[in-house]
Amino acid sequence: MSAIEVVPLNWYLLLSTVLFTIGVLGVLFRRNAIIIFMSIEIMLNAVNLLLVAFSSYLSDSKGQVFVFFIMAVAAAEVAVGLAILMMVYRNTKSTDINVLNKLKW
Amino acid sequence: MITTYLFYFLSFIAIMFALMVVLSKNPVHSVLYLVLTFFTIAGHYVLLNAQFLAAVHIIVYAGAIMVLFLFVIMLLNLNKETEPQKSTWLKASAAIASGLLLVVLVGSLKGAETIVPTNTFNPNIGLIEKLGKTLFGEFLLPFEVASILLLVAMVGAVMLGKRSIK
Repeated sequence: MSAIEVVPLNWYLLLSTVLFTIGVLGVLFRRNAIIIFMSIEIMLNAVNLLLVAFSSYLSDSKGQVFVFFIMAVAAAEVAVGLAILMMVYRNTKSTDINVLNKLKW
Repeated sequence: MITTYLFYFLSFIAIMFALMVVLSKNPVHSVLYLVLTFFTIAGHYVLLNAQFLAAVHIIVYAGAIMVLFLFVIMLLNLNKETEPQKSTWLKASAAIASGLLLVVLVGSLKGAETIVPTNTFNPNIGLIEKLGKTLFGEFLLPFEVASILLLVAMVGAVMLGKRSIK
């Protein structure tokens, strides 16, 4: 028995909303750039969960294919982002985003 | 009935662990909590009849991306002492801002009509056969573009990771 028959879609909407908001909170709350990356991963996963929920409720596999693409983009983003972060650490000896204020007026 | 309880349980621990990712002081603990969050999301995928996607999710996220995060954190030797903290004012304003965002999103969802599952419900939707036919039929071009994206990301990561460019 699957969740589709007993759990309304609105609950999945609410769960994804809460997870997305936690991701936004993490981006605003922390100064460590790695934790900000992880919060972005939480937001991407909230959207993935929503796509899978809609795909299952509408019996359409396109939503799940989109989740594959989002996973590929997330993997690319993490690889490049962590490389940039390593370079920032090499130059400033910290992953604090507040040291990156050269473009601030 | 047990499915409903399972949904409640998985949702509760997903939200708990996601909050712990944001709130825990030690970056290594954050990564481990994030792995647990991903496992609960994979559990949700199984509940939603997306079995193949659940397996891929565990392999890609818990197996690849989180190991990359953990490597970088241990390479940079980040721990509780080196962790930068925002001031209390900024933390309070961040909490208020995201709380307001949650209120707005939930308020906009409240009036939404719910979708009833279609009559032609197909439980095989998440199996590899159906997904593969869609992926390599209708979405063949985006699939190839995604492979180019991964190649570009790999080249970019190697370029950025080099110690000095002559």
